[in-house]
Amino acid sequence: MTALLELRDVEARYGPVQALRGISLEVPEGAVVAVLGANGAGKTTTLRAVSGMVRRTGEILLDGKPLRGGPEAVARAGVAHVPEGRGTFTELSVTENLRLGAYTSRERSVQADIDRMKGWFPWIAERGDQRAGTLSGGEQQMLALARALMGRPRLLMLDEPSLGLAPLIVREIFRIVRELNSSEGLAVLVVEQDARIALEAASSAYVLEVGKVAVSGPSADLRDDESVRRSYLGY
Amino acid sequence: MTGFFQVVSGLASGGIYASLALAIVLIHRATGVINFAQGEMAMFSTYILWTLTTNHGWAYAPAFVATLLVSFGGGVAIHQLAIRPNEKGSVLRVVIVTIGLLLAFNGLATMIWSGEVRSVPSPFGSRTIDVGGVVISVQDLGTIAVALGTVAVLWALFQFTKLGLAMRAAAVNPVEARLVGVRVPWMLSLGWGLAAVLGAVAGSLAAPTVFLDPNMMQAILIYAFAAAVLGGIDSPLGAVVGGLLIGVGLNLIGTYVDFVGADLRLPAALVVILVVLLVKPGGIFGKEEVKKV
Repeated sequence: MTALLELRDVEARYGPVQALRGISLEVPEGAVVAVLGANGAGKTTTLRAVSGMVRRTGEILLDGKPLRGGPEAVARAGVAHVPEGRGTFTELSVTENLRLGAYTSRERSVQADIDRMKGWFPWIAERGDQRAGTLSGGEQQMLALARALMGRPRLLMLDEPSLGLAPLIVREIFRIVRELNSSEGLAVLVVEQDARIALEAASSAYVLEVGKVAVSGPSADLRDDESVRRSYLGY
Repeated sequence: MTGFFQVVSGLASGGIYASLALAIVLIHRATGVINFAQGEMAMFSTYILWTLTTNHGWAYAPAFVATLLVSFGGGVAIHQLAIRPNEKGSVLRVVIVTIGLLLAFNGLATMIWSGEVRSVPSPFGSRTIDVGGVVISVQDLGTIAVALGTVAVLWALFQFTKLGLAMRAAAVNPVEARLVGVRVPWMLSLGWGLAAVLGAVAGSLAAPTVFLDPNMMQAILIYAFAAAVLGGIDSPLGAVVGGLLIGVGLNLIGTYVDFVGADLRLPAALVVILVVLLVKPGGIFGKEEVKKV
């Protein structure tokens, strides 16, 4: 079985700074995979490389086919990227944010998808006309998630969904991600600093260190391995 | 009753200022620059209308539609060829390009059509109607209707269509917009095209009264700047309200404040710009810019 997403020896740099030094990883069909590591390890850059937001070398394959072009092309190929710090259009309304999420799909399915999102996030039903910028941090993160799902992606990429949110809200977000995965078979690649919660949700994980994969394996193994836990995960 | 007459004629000029101000606001929202060539682009469009009607004998309506289409294409082309290659640099670079475009269009128009002042027919004729004792020109009423009609069509485009939503998204948050699959550079080009259409409408409506020559839009551009600043440089609604306020306000001041008269209208507009920038830089509908330290 081929992986849904595969990175082979991917490198990326910002000017003189090499952020990724040959990353290889796989997201199998229907799996939740976590990318962990300290600040500056290259976690965010890994997602940005997949989305074509940074210039990269090496191979990135979706369904065995090379993923080329900028973010618009990658979005059209079925990869939804929720960037760090809540990817919402703060000046637009909740409903407009959702409609934008479905920008690449056919117009007539949009209303059905908005209704589907109301099932996952019931508060959306009453707050459709509210400006996204006036939502709470947790609601904005959920809206960003809902917007990403509107395009019915093959792969969802989440960048630090826990950033700046209360633990209770982080749990809620990860619960929804796990449910989406188990009920709809959605594949997820999640970048997290909070290793504990990410390992609970993910079936396997990669730990990055200065732009390279330091350790990888099934979540359970990483969680139980005392030395890995102490040196890389910090708990 | 002079007052009422002045208000109606002020609304007519205000509609013209509003169209051009809206063009400036559209581009400022999308690219963060003031397009100094907006007035000369409008003048150029008006020459196209004049050529089609006067030299080629087209009827007004098809000539007007053709002018809008050509202007739209021209706006898209200007963005793709002159603006987009310079967008990666500083904002100043794009501003300088727009000033270059201003000079280029002015020179080109003089070269093609000579600097002679031409008269452009009004599609509304020179009739007047009597409303309760006040004589109102049909030209003024038609100008108000066309200007506000154009604004309404654009508003509906931005508010109710998928394309309009994508254009707004590209303007407020280009990085995010690309992540949902919006082709941002083309959305910005469409914005330039629509701004050129608004300019063409403003120029065509202004031409019967100010006459056509390569410098016809220069004063109108100043009024449009005043309108955009008064309403809030990032607020489309502000541009329209500001345009109408400037049109009516200047007419009334010109009529009732003796020392202003017709000669000091332009300085009065500059005073408006200055006062707004000093007292309320965000304008009526704009948000105050908060610089985070």
